[in-house]
Order: sequence, then structure tokens, then C-alpha cells
Amino acid sequence: MVPAIYYVVLSAILFGLGVIAFIFKRNIISIFMSIELMLNAVNLAFVAFSQSQGNLDGQIFVLFVIIVAAAEAAVGLGIIILIARNRQSLNVERVDLLKL
Amino acid sequence: MTPQLLVFFVLAALAVIGALSLMLQKHPIHSALSLIVVMVALAGLYLLMGAEFVAAVQIIVYGGAIMVLFVFVIMLLNAGVEEHSNFSKLAGYAGVPLGIALTGFIAAAIARSTVSVQAATPGASIASTGDISRMLFKEFVYPFELTSFLILVAIMGALVLAQREK
Amino acid sequence: MQTPILDCLWIIPLLPLLGGAINGLFGKNWPNKMVNTVAVGSTGLSFLVALEAVREFFAQGQQLVRKEYFDWILAGDFRVGFDLQMDQLTVVMLLVVTGVGWLIHIYSAGYMAHEGGYYRFFSYLNLFMFFMLILVLAANYVLLFVGWEGVGLSSYLLIGFYFLKKSASDAGKKAFIVNRIGDFGFMLGMFLLFRTFHTLDFDALFKAVATQNATTEVWGQFGIFTVACLLLFMGACGKSAQLPLYIWLPDAMEGPTPVSALIHAATMVTAGVYVVARSHILFTHSETAMVVVAIVGCATAFFAATIGLVQTDIKRVLAYSTVSQLGYMFLACGVGAFSAGIFHLMTHAFFKALLFLAAGSVIHAMGGEQDMRKMGGLSKKIKWTFGTMLTATMAIAGIPFFAGFFSKDAILLSAFTSPGGHPLYAIGLLTALLTAFYMFRLIFLTFHGQPRYDEHKVHVHESPWTMLGPLVILAVLSVIGGWFALPAFFQGPDYFANFLAPIFGGEQHAELVGGMSPHFLELTLAGVAVASALIGLGVAYWFYVKTPSKPEQLAKSLKPIYTTLLNKYYVDELYAAIIVKPLVWISQQVLWQAVDVAVIDGTVNGVADTLTGVGDGVRHTQSGNTRSYAVWVVVGAIVVIAVIFFWPGAKPVIGAFQGLHLQTLMEKVRP
Repeated sequence: MVPAIYYVVLSAILFGLGVIAFIFKRNIISIFMSIELMLNAVNLAFVAFSQSQGNLDGQIFVLFVIIVAAAEAAVGLGIIILIARNRQSLNVERVDLLKL
Repeated sequence: MTPQLLVFFVLAALAVIGALSLMLQKHPIHSALSLIVVMVALAGLYLLMGAEFVAAVQIIVYGGAIMVLFVFVIMLLNAGVEEHSNFSKLAGYAGVPLGIALTGFIAAAIARSTVSVQAATPGASIASTGDISRMLFKEFVYPFELTSFLILVAIMGALVLAQREK
Repeated sequence: MQTPILDCLWIIPLLPLLGGAINGLFGKNWPNKMVNTVAVGSTGLSFLVALEAVREFFAQGQQLVRKEYFDWILAGDFRVGFDLQMDQLTVVMLLVVTGVGWLIHIYSAGYMAHEGGYYRFFSYLNLFMFFMLILVLAANYVLLFVGWEGVGLSSYLLIGFYFLKKSASDAGKKAFIVNRIGDFGFMLGMFLLFRTFHTLDFDALFKAVATQNATTEVWGQFGIFTVACLLLFMGACGKSAQLPLYIWLPDAMEGPTPVSALIHAATMVTAGVYVVARSHILFTHSETAMVVVAIVGCATAFFAATIGLVQTDIKRVLAYSTVSQLGYMFLACGVGAFSAGIFHLMTHAFFKALLFLAAGSVIHAMGGEQDMRKMGGLSKKIKWTFGTMLTATMAIAGIPFFAGFFSKDAILLSAFTSPGGHPLYAIGLLTALLTAFYMFRLIFLTFHGQPRYDEHKVHVHESPWTMLGPLVILAVLSVIGGWFALPAFFQGPDYFANFLAPIFGGEQHAELVGGMSPHFLELTLAGVAVASALIGLGVAYWFYVKTPSKPEQLAKSLKPIYTTLLNKYYVDELYAAIIVKPLVWISQQVLWQAVDVAVIDGTVNGVADTLTGVGDGVRHTQSGNTRSYAVWVVVGAIVVIAVIFFWPGAKPVIGAFQGLHLQTLMEKVRP
């Protein structure tokens, strides 16, 4: 059998990649997608722990994460559309009206 | 090398390649497709672990709804190749080291973690959908109802956002 | 018996205070007549009330009267009340202060008539009277100190009366500051006395002295009494212009002449002598202190007289003369003849006030000229001024049967008969000679010889009667004021000393010395003193009337000595170099630049600058750039994980910190 630790390590790697992508991408949608990657990595960890501990709490939590991610994606993409309409650009560095 | 281990490595490699591709691609549509690859790989991993319901939900909701939404938005906005701007010096120089540091810390934390995680043998029991639904509607009914409420709020939010300026 | 005034002694100081307040607050737009009615009237009333109080004092048998009016300070067992007392010493001081003060007020009404700030002058003058009366009537050291400080303040205000003139305001400041140095010693003395006796009331203190062991060590081998008395004497030196704190008195001549007469001749400067006399019980317990007082008094007398020999400003000569005569008073106190000292205080008040007022009259006649070298030949033109001034000069020189003769004689006699007092006597005698010389020099330079001024420019005129009246009265007092002691010459009772005997315990008359009877000794010494006075007069006559060129020749041949004397032994320059300059340097370089600017401002501004700098640095995090924000989020995450990694016990802390604890949440969620 595959030890749960392998899954957790994979989850960590995916999470790290998600963080790096989050920092490096300039397109707003790409950044959003890297957030989804991070969430997925966390889901993987949850399920792995759920299996290793023998109860289903982890999987339930994964369901909730997916639900919330869906809601978040809907609203977030709506905001992204508005930003794109207002700033005529999808480059996150152009959206800097909060600069001091 | 047991078959499970082999499958695991294949799927893991797929997931990592997909993540790397997400990071390195210039066009957002390519990144979206890479993300779908990652999700499918993860679904496979869930199946390997015996969480069939979660795998199914992953494919249906995540891959079938959320990613489709992403692709639609990319199409709608006519997102092109990412332009090469570099205003943020901090992100440029400190980004990679920090990301690696984060990963390292997590990995180290895991390495130090409890024995049960390390020696666990998952997959002994396949989690049945019935079991999950029983748990969902008995012990977790309260959060379940809350999430339906949350989705309602999200719908209203999306509607408000999508309205044209009067 | 009924003693209404003695019960309400506070009326005496209150009247001038009211006068001063009314003039100060309302007098600005009043005509001169109204202002001086209030001022002279209030002082005159005070004098009359004082006379009545004295009469009652005699009527009730000369018992000490002590009235406590209200508690001023109550702190633990420290009680200071507004207590006034009347005893024989107070009688003398009171009459001198109110009487001479009133005469000077009348004089000022005429003298200051053409000056600006008329109301202000009288307001300050009345204020001074108030404080001086508090000083002499006080029944404890603290209230005395109130009066002490108050007269210092009034002196400052009055010296700097012409405050638009820099030299005048500088002189006022100098007086106040030098006085303050003395006051420092006075206060320390008071503290020491309180610590030892737990009371500062004269009555209780002096009674407690009898039970105090005089050899209690305080500082090294000096006992309580020595240290306390020396400290009190330090205050007296400041107020009464003795070495080394006399430097303010000559400069104080910048004030108007009536001020010089009242404050710096008759009353304020005698406060030091009064304090020493009042504390005589303390002083007599300490040999060291008495010796110090006598030596300082004697040295000052001689020192000031030598400076007065060559001064050219008429008021400066009188100022140094005052310092010198005060030295005599302290000499008397130092050898134990306190009543002689007070006697000289009284006669000195008369003739010195007269001298100053007459000098003012001369200056008024000359239209403001104060330099004696530009006067001369005035005796025929201002007869009354000349007559009264001559009377006063004869009094101060010690010509027989004038007031000064008796008092100076008593002092010299006491000095001679005190143990080890021969050197003091010799110096005192020499000083008497010098005194006679420079006073007659003043007379001859001013009134005799050819006029050394332009007769067309200056119209010499006699002063009005408001000014001459007090001069005449004081002249009469200068003659008869000493006759209290006259009978003693003819082996009768010395009325003055007997009057003060209940306080000072009887005058120590000379015992048999070397076979001579006391009375014969007295007459011999008196003769010697008169002889020295006549020598002084003769020399002055020779120098300034007979051969007017002699002084210049002498000055040329003794140039170094002459210059030193003319420049007042360079004491002011010495003080400036040793004390003032370093202090100013310390204030500027150390306290201002180093401490204030660098440390305090540096700290305060440094904190502000640091905060600004920090803010300036942190500002860059708000770049508006989302990617940077993302990096900060990651940094935060790393920090949290690192903390948990390196310090596992921090998990609950961080969990609480984040407000979210998965385990407990799960427990809550699962019913």
C-alpha cells in the first residue's frame, strides 16, 4: 500500500508550486487558477489523513471545500470580469489604485 | 513495487507536471487546461485511496463546472498572452526562495509528524457513498445547510456583479 | 489694660500695603497730588499707629507682646503662623523704619515730581515699607524671611526703576541675584535650626537654646550654633552688603536718590544687622561665629572706606560709606556689643538718610549732575542743603556731641575691651580716620572752591520745602539722636543700652584695664577717636581747600594704588572672571548645547524621527502591487509555520491567535 506520507508530501509539493505560481503569474485569471491548485493540494492532504485515521471526517471536509471553492470561483470571476471591463487589462500589476 | 505504488507515481508525476505547466505557460488557456490535468490526476489519486465519492465530485464539480467557468471567462475576456511587466521587485527576487522555504517548512513539519501518518495503510476500506451521505446528513447537517445558504449568496453576488452599469 | 493697637499689630504693615495697592492699581491716571496723598498718607498713618503701639508698649510695662493671627503653614509638627511681636528691639526698628520712611516719602513727593512713572514709584515704595515692617515685626524666622525676600524684591523693582536704562536694569538684577546667594545661606540656616529645635518661633527657639548641648557635632568640629549662625550671617552679608557680597550696593545707586536713602542706607541693609542682633542668643553660644562676624565687619569697614577715598560720583562715595558703616555695626555685634550695634544702626539711619537726601538735593540743584569734579562753590547758593549735609557729615565723622560720635565710640570701646580685640580696634580707628577724610572731601569738593561747572548752563537753585523739610528734621535727629547715651559720659546711665538690656542682657562695660578705671578708659578712647576724626578733617581741608592740586600729585605718584582703588580693587572683574564667566559657559555649552539640545531635544526629536523613518520604510509595503502583497502573505505563513516548527508548544497560542481551532470547531460541529 501507499503510505499516507507520500500523499502528504505530494500535497506539499503541489501547494508550493501553487504558491510560486501565485507569486509569479501576472494574469489575474492565472493567479486565480493557482489558488484553485492550492485548494486541491489541501484536499489531497485531507483525504490522505482521512484514510490514515480511518474515519470519514476528512472527506466530508473535502466536500465542503469543493462547495466553497465553487461559490468563490463564481463570485471571483464576476469580480475579474468587472476589473477587466474597468481597467481594460488583465495584468494584475496594472490594478494598483491602492498605491500610496 | 506494487501496482498501487506504480499507479501512484504515475498519477503523482502527472499532477506535478500539470502544476509545473500551469506555472510556466504564458497563455491562460493553457494554464487552465493544465489545471484540468491536475484535477483529473487528483481524482485518480482519490480513487486509489478509495474515496470514490470525492473523486466523482472532484471530476463533476471541479473539472466539469469550475474549470468550464474559467475557460468561459477566458474566452469572454479574450485574454491574450501575458504581457511581460515587472513592477514588483519584491515578488521578482523573493518569490521563488520564499516558495521553496514554505514548501520546505511544510515538508519538515510533516517529516516530524506523528507516526500514524507515516505508517498508515490507507485503502483498507473503501468509503461508500452511503456512509458519506449518512455522515453528511446526520452529523454535518448544520454546515451542509449553511453551504446551501452560501451558494445562494454567491449566486446573488454574481448576479449583482454581472449587471450592466445603469 | 487696654492695648487695642498692640492687639492689632497687623495694622502697621497693612496701611502701606493698601497705599501701594491703591496706587499701583488705580494711580496710573491720577494727578501727582492724589498719588502722593495716598502714599505719604498711608505711611504717615502707619507711623502714627506705630507711635501709639510704642506708647502702649511702655504703658503696659515693656513686656514682650506676641500675637498669633493665623496659621500659615501646618505640616506635621511644623507650624509657622503669621505671628507678630513687639519688644524693645522691635520698638527701635519700628520707629526708625516708619519715621525715616515717612520723611523720605515726603521728600520723594517733591524730588520725583517731574519723573515719569510717579504712581509706580510710590506703589513700589509702599510695598517696600510693607515688607520691611513685616520683617521687623515678625515673631518667627519664616515670616521674617518673607519680609526679607520681599524687601529684596522691592529693592530690585526700585533700583531698576528707570528700566529703560540698561545699567539700571542690570543693577537691579545684580542686587537681586547677589541677595539670592545670601538667602541660600539663610535658608540653610533656618533648616538647620528647625531640625535641631523643631521650631522657628523666636520665643520658643531662644528658650530651647538653653537646654541644647552646644557641642553637638554638625560638620567636622563645628557645632550646631556655629554652622547655623554662619549660615544666617551669610544671608546677612548678602542683604547688608558685607564682604564678599557687597558688590551690588554701589551699583544700586542707579536707582532714584530717595530709594538709595531709604533702602540702601536706613532700612533694608540694616536688616542683616537686625537678624544678627535678634539671634544674639545663638551667636553668643558660638565663639567661632562671633569672631567671623567681627572680622568680616571690620575688614569690610576698612575695605569700603579705602575705595570711597577716590570715588568721584557723589552717590558712590555715600554707597561705600554705607558699606563701611554696616561693617562697624557687624563689628559691634561680633564683639558682643549688640546694643551698641543697634544704636549705631539708629544713628546711621538718621545721618545716612540725610546724606543721601541732601545729595539728592544737590543733584536736583545741579540739574542732574552727579560727578563731584564738576561741582564746587555751592555753599553760598544752596544754604539749607549745605547746612544739613554738613551736620550729617559731622555726625558720621564722629565729631563730639553729634549722633555718630556716641555710637561709634561705643563700638570702638567694645572692640578695644573684647579679648583679642586690639587689632580690630586699630583697624576700626583707622577706618574712622578715613571716614572723616572722605566725607569731608565730599563736602569740600561739592561746596567749596571755585565752581568747576559752566555757570551759564546750570542754574543752581535751592530745593522746594517738601524736600528741605525732611532734611531739616533729619539734621535735628542727627544731632540729638545720640543723646540717649550722653549721660553715660558723665557716669550716668546709658539710656539706650538700658532700654535694650532686657533683650541683650546688659551692656558689657569695660572692666579695669591695666590700672585704668573704666570711665577713664572710655574718655581716653573717645579722645583718640575725636583726634583721628580731626586729623581726617584736616587732611581733607589741606588737600581740597588749601592746595587743590595736591590730590592729583599724590594720585600720580601713587598711580598703581590709586588705579586699584579707583577700580574698586577690580572685585567685579574678578567675580566676572571666576564666577560669572564659567557659569555662563556651563549654561551655554554644557547645559544648553549638550544636555538640552543634544540629549533632550535629541531624544524627543529622535523618537519622532525614528517613527517617521519607520513609517517611511513601512510605507513601501503599501505599493498597490498585488504581487508584493502575495509575497507578504507567504512570508506571514512561513513565520507561523516556523514558529510552530521550532517551538511546538506555540500551537495553542497560534490557534487562539487565529481565532480558529479546527479540533474544537469539529467538536462543536459534531453534536
